[in-house]
This record gives sequence, structure tokens and C-alpha cells, in this order.
Amino acid sequence: MQRTRTAWLFLAPMLVAMLLVAGWPLARTLWFSVTDTNLNDLAAGRFVGWQNYFGAYGLFGNAGYTEGFWAGDWGISIANTFKFAVVSVLLETAIGLGVALLLNQEFRGRALVRTAVLVPWAIPTIVSAKMWGWMLNDQYGVVNQWLVDWGVVAQKIAFTAEPAYALWTVVAVDVWKTIPFMALLILAALQTLPRDIYEAARVDGVHPLRVFWRITLPLIRLPLMVAVVFRLLDALRVFDLIFVLTSNSSATISMSGFVRREMIDNGDLGFGSAAALSLTAIIFITAVLFLRAARVRLAEDTR
Amino acid sequence: MSQRSTAATVALYAAAALVVAVSVYPFLYALATSFKTGTALFDARLWPAEVTLRNYRQLFEGGGQPFGRHLLNSIVVATLTVVVSMLLAISASYALGRIPFRGKGALLLAILAVSMFPQVAVLSGLFELMQALGLYDRAPGLVLPYLIFTLPFTVWVLTTFMRGLPVELEEAAIMDGCGPVRIVFQVFMPLLVPALVSTGLLAFIGAWNEFLFALTFVSDTEQRTVPVSISLITGATAWEVPWGSIMAASVIVTVPLVALVLLFQQRIVSGLTAGAVKG
Repeated sequence: MQRTRTAWLFLAPMLVAMLLVAGWPLARTLWFSVTDTNLNDLAAGRFVGWQNYFGAYGLFGNAGYTEGFWAGDWGISIANTFKFAVVSVLLETAIGLGVALLLNQEFRGRALVRTAVLVPWAIPTIVSAKMWGWMLNDQYGVVNQWLVDWGVVAQKIAFTAEPAYALWTVVAVDVWKTIPFMALLILAALQTLPRDIYEAARVDGVHPLRVFWRITLPLIRLPLMVAVVFRLLDALRVFDLIFVLTSNSSATISMSGFVRREMIDNGDLGFGSAAALSLTAIIFITAVLFLRAARVRLAEDTR
Repeated sequence: MSQRSTAATVALYAAAALVVAVSVYPFLYALATSFKTGTALFDARLWPAEVTLRNYRQLFEGGGQPFGRHLLNSIVVATLTVVVSMLLAISASYALGRIPFRGKGALLLAILAVSMFPQVAVLSGLFELMQALGLYDRAPGLVLPYLIFTLPFTVWVLTTFMRGLPVELEEAAIMDGCGPVRIVFQVFMPLLVPALVSTGLLAFIGAWNEFLFALTFVSDTEQRTVPVSISLITGATAWEVPWGSIMAASVIVTVPLVALVLLFQQRIVSGLTAGAVKG
């Protein structure tokens, strides 16, 4: 009993902080989402029920979008976010796995390569957005210069402005920045694998590709899936990279970008809160579906 | 892992070289750009023909943005965030890692859930809270919202670490008449140093890089943090983007971080893997 009291005493400061910065604001966001609160006077909001969700100008019932849900900004931001998340997580996982396998080999200079791989991860997102924004600049960017010099393209490309390229440019920069994270997590999993299995496979003359598919991949499946879930959750709430690299144009706006635009730029705190909660629900459902499909139980050791 | 064919060796080193080049080149290019001004900016070569520090000097010379002030704001915010989250997490992780009590599993899951939450879900509520507490538009006030992403993982990692400490140590301390406070801060603390360094660094990096809250909760020019500052650097005219200054600012913000990460890479890697795989 004495111990239990001590436990709660030691937990109290952290719990108070968490309730203050997460619990209470979340409850307020819930309330705001059913009001017409404006940014300029938070106390003046009136209860409007489901209006922000299913009303005439609501998120999911907007009659103004004559071309359908997916033509509206909210629909576009949902589609953008999923395109971004799915493609970048797939690429990060594939390339991250490749880099991890490379770093798992013994060769001279491996420590140097591992250090170099960490660099993109250490660079702040805003800085990598600006850096790549400069390298991909439509007139003076070094990437365009190369492409023209090598004869790949005849005309310089406006990577971040042209709607056809902008989202994939964001994906590319995100992949560049996040490969270290994936590679290191996968490498950690690879290094726990028992060596004798590989010895046995080598002695039996099993083809390396077969070893990879039949031994390595099944053995690292769980940590791999956990890493993928983490990245997926992260990618679905993307904001700063898109905001800085493509100025949050409606061609590339993400769900988080939509929320912030409605709340802060347009001052519609109630509507923005409704979008924020919808986004949370969408992410939650996606994560649950993914974990079900991948048959992973997260946080198994929370006893 | 012994003999490898020549072709495999060549492929291995080529892949390694490619990985290094792709990882490092963009930063080197930014570094090179930061030393160029005027028309030299549009020369795509890596080594500038003429090295100038003008971009760096301009950043601190006033006129445009008070970049020095922003740098100071970021240092204060990130340091405070680390100190506050460490103190809260050390105390909490002792309870979670060493004392059995009912509801612990649910509590750990709740903490994990917070770390997965999209930050915009609490944006409007936090906006109101910051105004109510008089923290809106004050750089140090950002420490409060930052706890939402630093606390969950510092608590998780430190709990895992605490759980692994030997029971005998605690028992001996109790025999000597130590209370829990002394056990945590005098007996366990020295053993926790490696875990504290790695989680502290990750918390520092998180706070240093944060953009959404800093952009939303601070509108005063003086109170900005560096990521917001960099995103808002503009030229004298709308047509001219001062890439030289932007890259100089980027280099200043990044170099300490890259240095820290490379210096503590072993610990960061273990922190990352502990925080993510076990979390």
C-alpha cells in the first residue's frame, strides 16, 4: 500500500503535465468542433451540433462541391496525404532495408558510411525543405542544371510549383530525410539475428536471395512492421515539409495543412477542430486496419 | 562473412559510395551556397570561386530579422524542454519501472497513444490554453506544448531502462534507510546517465526542429524560433529569394545538431531503437 502511494506520488507531476497539454486541449478541441468558434473571440462560439461535419458547408456534406467530395479542398487534402504517406513509406521501407543490409555487411569504412547515413536525419525538416527547395529551383537549381546538361530534359522543371510534380517532389525529399531512421531500425533488428542459421545456409549452398526471402525477412518481420507503423503514423500527419517546400498550395495541401489553414489563416476554429478530429479518426482507423492486416500487436510488453 | 567475389566487392563499395554521396551532398551544397553571393549563387559548381562571409554577417546585422535573437530563443526553449521533460520523466519512470501497481499497463498504453496523436488534434485547445496562461507570443512558453511530444518517449525509454537496473541495488539502499527520492536521484541517477544523454538529445532535437506550434503560438517577430525564422526569410523584393542568407541560416542551425548527432551516434541509435521498436 505504501509502495502504491509512492508510485502515484512519483507519477503525479508527469500526469498533471500530460493532462494539461494533451487531455484538456483534446477535450476543448472536441467541444470547439461542435461550435462555430472564431479565432478572434474564443468565448463567443455557439453550439451548432454536427454542422461542421455534415452541415451544408460541413466536411462531409458540402453541397458546394458540385464535382463531388474529392474535388473539394478537404477531399484533395485527404487524397494528397494518403498518396504521400503510402508512396513515401513504401520507398523508405524498401530503400531503408537495402541500406540496412549494406550496413550489415562487413567492409572497410562501414563506420564512415553509417555516420554519413545519419546526416539527413540530423538536418531539421525546415532546413531540408529549404535546401532541396534551392537545389530543385526551377531556374538556378543544381538538379535542373544536371538534367539539362545530361540531356535528360530539354526544359527546366518547376519541381515545387508544377502541380504534376510537386507532391512527388515532397515525397522524394521525405524519403531522403527518413531513410536513416528506417535503416537504423532495420539494422538493429538484423544484428539480433542468429549467425549460425546463415552459416548453415551457406554450407548447404542456399542461394543468397532465397536466404533473404525465407530466413531474413520472416525473422525481422515484426520490428519491420513496427517501424512501418511508426512511419505511417508520422507521414499521415505531415505538415512542415509540404508547408515550406510547396507553400501549402492546394495542389499539395495535407490534412494537417488543411486544419491549420482553416483554424489559423481563416480563423474558423470550430470547423478546423472538426477537421482535426476527423483527421485523428482517419489516422486511427488506418493504423488499426494496418496492424490487423500485418498481424502485429503493438506494445506487447506493457505488463 | 569471409570470401566475397570481386564483383560483389565492387558492387558493395559502389553502393556504399552512392549512399554516402546522396546523404551528404545536399548539405555540402547548402554549405557552398552559404559562402556565395550575387551572381556567383547561380554557378552550380560545389566550390565557390570566391568565398565570402557576407551572408553570415548580414544575418546578424539587423535590418531584416533579428536572427541572433531567434537563435537564443531556440536555445532557451530546447534546453528548458529537455530539463523539464527529464525531471518529470525520471520521477514517473521510477514508478512505472520499479513499483508494481494496478492500472500500470493502461497508463503506459495511454502514454503511447499520446505519442501517436497528430499534433493538430490539440492545436485549438492548446491555442486557448496558451492565451489563458499568458504564454501566447512568448518563446519560453513553447516548452509547455513541446512536452506533448517529448514526454511520451522520454518516459517510455527511461521506464525500459529503469526496469533493467539490478534489484539488489535498490534493496541495499532501502536497508541503508534511503527513501525513494534518494534512491532515484542518488543511487539510480548515475546509472541512468547513458539513457538520459540519448533521450535528452532526442528531446533537444525535437524541440529545436519543431515548426507547427512555434509558427502557430508565436506571431511576434522577436519571439520566433529558428525554424520559423528560416521559413520566413525573404528578400528585399518579392522577386528575389535570398538563397545565400537562407542557406547561411540553415547551416548555423544544422551544424551544432549534426555535430551532436555524430558525436553521440552510438547512443542516439540505441535511443531510437529502444524508443521505437519497444514503444
